[in-house]
Amino acid sequence: MGLFSLIRRVGRVAEPAPPHPAASAGPAALRGSLQLRHVDAGSCNGCEIEIGGCFSPVYDAERYGTRLVASPRHADGLLVTGVVTRNMERALRDTVAATPEPRVVIAVGDCARNQGEFAGGYGVVGAVGDVVDVDAEVAGCPPTPTEIIAVLRQVTGR
Amino acid sequence: MLSVSGVAGMVTQVVGVAAGAPLLVGWMRQVRARLEGRAGPGPAQPWRDLRKQLHKQNITPDGTTVVFAAAPVVLAGTSLVIAAIVPGVTTGSPLDRVGDLFAVVGVLLLGTVALALAGLDTGTAFGGMGASRVVTIAALVEPTILVAGVALSVPAHSSNLGRIVATTAADPGLVASPAAALAFAALAVVVVAETGRLPVDNPATHLELTMVHEAMILEYTGPRLALIEWAAAMRLTVLLTLLVNLFVPWGVAGAGAGPAGLLVGLGAVAFKVAALGTALAAAEVFLAKLRLFRVPELLAGSFLLGLLAATTSYFLTGPAG
Amino acid sequence: MSTAACFAGVLGGVSLSGAAAVAAVPTRVSAAASGLATAAVGVTGLVGGALAVAGDLRPAWVGWLVPLSGASFAADATSGLFLLVIGAVSVVAGLYTVGYAAHGHLGRAPLAVLPVFAGAMLVVPLAAAVTTLLLFWEIMALTSLLLVLAEWRREQVRAAALSYAAMTQLGFVAILLGLVVFAAAAPGHAETFPALRDAAVHLGPGPRAAVFLLTLAGFGSKAGLVPLHVWLPKAHPEAPGPVSALMSAAMVNLGIYGIVRVDFVLLGPGPRWWGLVLLAVGALTAVYSVLQAAVATDLKRLLAYSTSENMGLICVALGTAAVLAAAGRPAVAAVATTAALVHLVGHAAFKTLGFLAAGGVAAVTGQRDLDALGGLARPMPVTTVAFGIAALGAAGLPLGCGFVGEWLLVQALTHAVAAGGTLLALVVPLAVGVVALTTGLGVAAMVKAFGVGFLARPRSEGAQRAGEVPATMIAAMALGAISCGVLAVAPAVLVPVLSRVLPELPTGTAHGPGPALGTLVRLPGVGGSVSPALLAVAVGAGVLLALAAARWGSRRRPAARTAALWTCGGGGLTSRMEYTATSFADPLRRVFDAVLRPDVEHVVIAYAQSPYLLEKVSYRSWVHDTVEVVLYRPVLRAVAAAARGARRAHTGSIHAYLAYGAAGLLVALVVVL
Ligand code: SF4
Repeated sequence: MGLFSLIRRVGRVAEPAPPHPAASAGPAALRGSLQLRHVDAGSCNGCEIEIGGCFSPVYDAERYGTRLVASPRHADGLLVTGVVTRNMERALRDTVAATPEPRVVIAVGDCARNQGEFAGGYGVVGAVGDVVDVDAEVAGCPPTPTEIIAVLRQVTGR
Repeated sequence: MLSVSGVAGMVTQVVGVAAGAPLLVGWMRQVRARLEGRAGPGPAQPWRDLRKQLHKQNITPDGTTVVFAAAPVVLAGTSLVIAAIVPGVTTGSPLDRVGDLFAVVGVLLLGTVALALAGLDTGTAFGGMGASRVVTIAALVEPTILVAGVALSVPAHSSNLGRIVATTAADPGLVASPAAALAFAALAVVVVAETGRLPVDNPATHLELTMVHEAMILEYTGPRLALIEWAAAMRLTVLLTLLVNLFVPWGVAGAGAGPAGLLVGLGAVAFKVAALGTALAAAEVFLAKLRLFRVPELLAGSFLLGLLAATTSYFLTGPAG
Repeated sequence: MSTAACFAGVLGGVSLSGAAAVAAVPTRVSAAASGLATAAVGVTGLVGGALAVAGDLRPAWVGWLVPLSGASFAADATSGLFLLVIGAVSVVAGLYTVGYAAHGHLGRAPLAVLPVFAGAMLVVPLAAAVTTLLLFWEIMALTSLLLVLAEWRREQVRAAALSYAAMTQLGFVAILLGLVVFAAAAPGHAETFPALRDAAVHLGPGPRAAVFLLTLAGFGSKAGLVPLHVWLPKAHPEAPGPVSALMSAAMVNLGIYGIVRVDFVLLGPGPRWWGLVLLAVGALTAVYSVLQAAVATDLKRLLAYSTSENMGLICVALGTAAVLAAAGRPAVAAVATTAALVHLVGHAAFKTLGFLAAGGVAAVTGQRDLDALGGLARPMPVTTVAFGIAALGAAGLPLGCGFVGEWLLVQALTHAVAAGGTLLALVVPLAVGVVALTTGLGVAAMVKAFGVGFLARPRSEGAQRAGEVPATMIAAMALGAISCGVLAVAPAVLVPVLSRVLPELPTGTAHGPGPALGTLVRLPGVGGSVSPALLAVAVGAGVLLALAAARWGSRRRPAARTAALWTCGGGGLTSRMEYTATSFADPLRRVFDAVLRPDVEHVVIAYAQSPYLLEKVSYRSWVHDTVEVVLYRPVLRAVAAAARGARRAHTGSIHAYLAYGAAGLLVALVVVL
């Protein structure tokens, strides 16, 4: 039972939760529960690693009521990373259309906010806000898990 | 036959399962989170998710028929019926005589079939894939359930669940018999397979190609999704209840129990199911999902256990009068 | 009170005058004439069945009908049950034919034969002597062969008919031999059934076993029992829709009738090994056929295999009954017998409906291949609902009309474990496993048939062009659906018939009480009950409760909308992206690879420039009938080789033939002297 003794030795990994967010930004229906679908619109994969980090034991975003899901039909929020490339433009619009109301679209990373590093590239359509309505943004290249989680907590209010 | 105590017990069971099932799922996730070193969202999280889904928009995909819309309701409805029959709080449910073990298995399959048809109804590749997989697993699970059911029915001379549980409660020696142990092992595998837990299915997967249950419901939103998740939680709860009460029936209220007896029954079953859920969640930490084509081997093994249980139960009970 | 012969005469009169009418009327109305004549034959059968169950048909002998022996007719309640079932199927199928044949799917000859076929089937249970039985058995076989050949221009139809002709004649020979051995033991070689019954006690164990095995083989081949089933999944699907229904829901029952009549009533009750043989054959049939159904992609072939499967289950029930009766447990044996009869009636109901719906689909779309169907729920709502009800019954799930029969069977098996020796303790759990696996795979087959065939999107042009079938066909399907519904929730409707049939059977209630089929289906002596009606009510209540629960929060919910499918971001869904019947059954095909032995052809053609650039990939797989491949092909090859050998002896020279004649005479003389 090597794994069992490892579990006992390591104990709790999750860091203590930062203070409770002051004001909540999302729709009332999403209080306490936020299911997320991640859309990579053309990212360099840096933001993905940080999102993965959010749901790791250390940051444990699930404790605030957020969860990654497999289908936008199940989702309340879309985490969009990267600039919107030509190939992903229609897919991004479709994904937003497939998400039931009330929903939030969160642009994660500088690319998603304002094209960041890739501004003016030949395959770039624009920032996420140029294609679909954006409800919240996370700045940084890439943003840290703490920063991403802070925005998520504003939506869930936990 | 229609006693006040029985009806009250049945209502308690239905309400208890309906309200408690999401908590059980939340509790099992919490146990898992803690073992992984996470803090976890707390056992009430599934209830928050359900409440939120019920406030969300209903989207009907183009080209689907009434099957798609009806499946979640049928799934939840059949789960409620099973919750009313399975002796959780009391053995005196008035529905006990209406449906025995084999009927319960049939009603359970009815829900599975409804969801599989809904998966096919969408016409998407993943819907069909999930339906195909879940139906394959259900078909292979069926022999184990029935054979183990026979093993349990033989000592009680009845396949009605209330009667089986009451017999075991009256004669605790039955639990210690090898037949019961084999039947328990067989049924435990069945419960894991039917409720889509590891190692048969991974309830937390996001990768469509590995999905079984989740693949069928990729097109559902809002209230319908809530019904499905609620029903899935209820199915897990009633199956664990059945498993625990068939083999550890203590505390279950008898046919004529008063309010105190029912309360004790409720407390006992809640405790036992929570304990079994904890054990299951803890065991899952150590497991990886099996390849789909390895699952039949697992199920064949459990069928063999069931077969042994049925044969043993004959030799132990001896020819009945 | 009239005689059974009188009634058989009425049946013959109605069917032959029906056939004559079809031949005489203008082509325009020949379909209607044939359908109505068949329905009239069916109604006659229903009346006769009711009379027979009430015990109002006296036995009678008609000297002129058959040279030398005369024809003998009698009807007890057992005959009555089969008359009722076949009569009901004939009424529904006849009504259906009116609209079906108007599509131009049936020529005048098959239309004229149809009422005669129905009539012949109805006379078989009335026969009370060996010659009479064999005569009408053969008429039934020949008329059904003609009906299978209705679309003789297609190659598959001719092949199926050939296979059917060969098997049905071999079966006939087996029955003939068995009954001849049986009759030889009767005093004065009398061949009427009462005489045979008296003779059964004088039969030595050897001949008795021979009679049992021969008649089981003969009647079993008609019921589609493995390994004599090979003709069934070929012939039933190739026949036109209403004929498929008549064959699969009515004619196969006569195979069971033969087993019950000859092996149980006349010859039985037999020793325990008879029961075990029936159990083994039934179990093999059930599992093998349902496995084939689960991987079949042809809608009607799937249904035909399901027929074989259900006959297997009935055979398991009969075997259990025989074993238990031999073990001195009449009460549980009666449960098993009841299971067989209830399941027989239920099967007739759902299989009629299933074949009628499938026939409608085949007629409208020109397709039977599930891989090319789909999306029929919108253009053909009534047919879809009808098939759904049939599939629910065939799956053996609660609320379906196959449930009570299978439930009784499992109960009988459960209580059989506790009933007798060590052998039973080993065999019976296995039998339960077999029945359960059959149910499970049956569910898979039916989910596939309904989900892939009727839901999702059309996969071919034929399916796209689909439209609802004409009103008479809908009316027939409605009748079938109502019967299914009634049998599903109120098996008590069978009580008046079964309470008369069971005491007649040696494994029935002649020696003890049987199960009570009230609102609550109860078993004698053991605590076990189920109530299909109340279960249906409970599921209804549960569904309403769930609907109410889903209304929580609906006031603050954004308005519902429709949207394009998500399809995991894949964009528009084309029919080539859908799951097909083949892909649906693929996991099962892989799991049971060893039994099914599929042929797979996988061709990958790469461009010359690089092995990674693929020009074309093709994948095909076929599942053959393994029994046919393993058992029949070698025999057929051997026969063909022998025939080639014999041909060499036929030189055409008259001298050679004279020499053969002389040699033959010589051999005969040597042997005789
Ligand atoms: S914001 Fe930075 S890390 Fe994120 S996708 Fe853009 S470049 Fe990569």
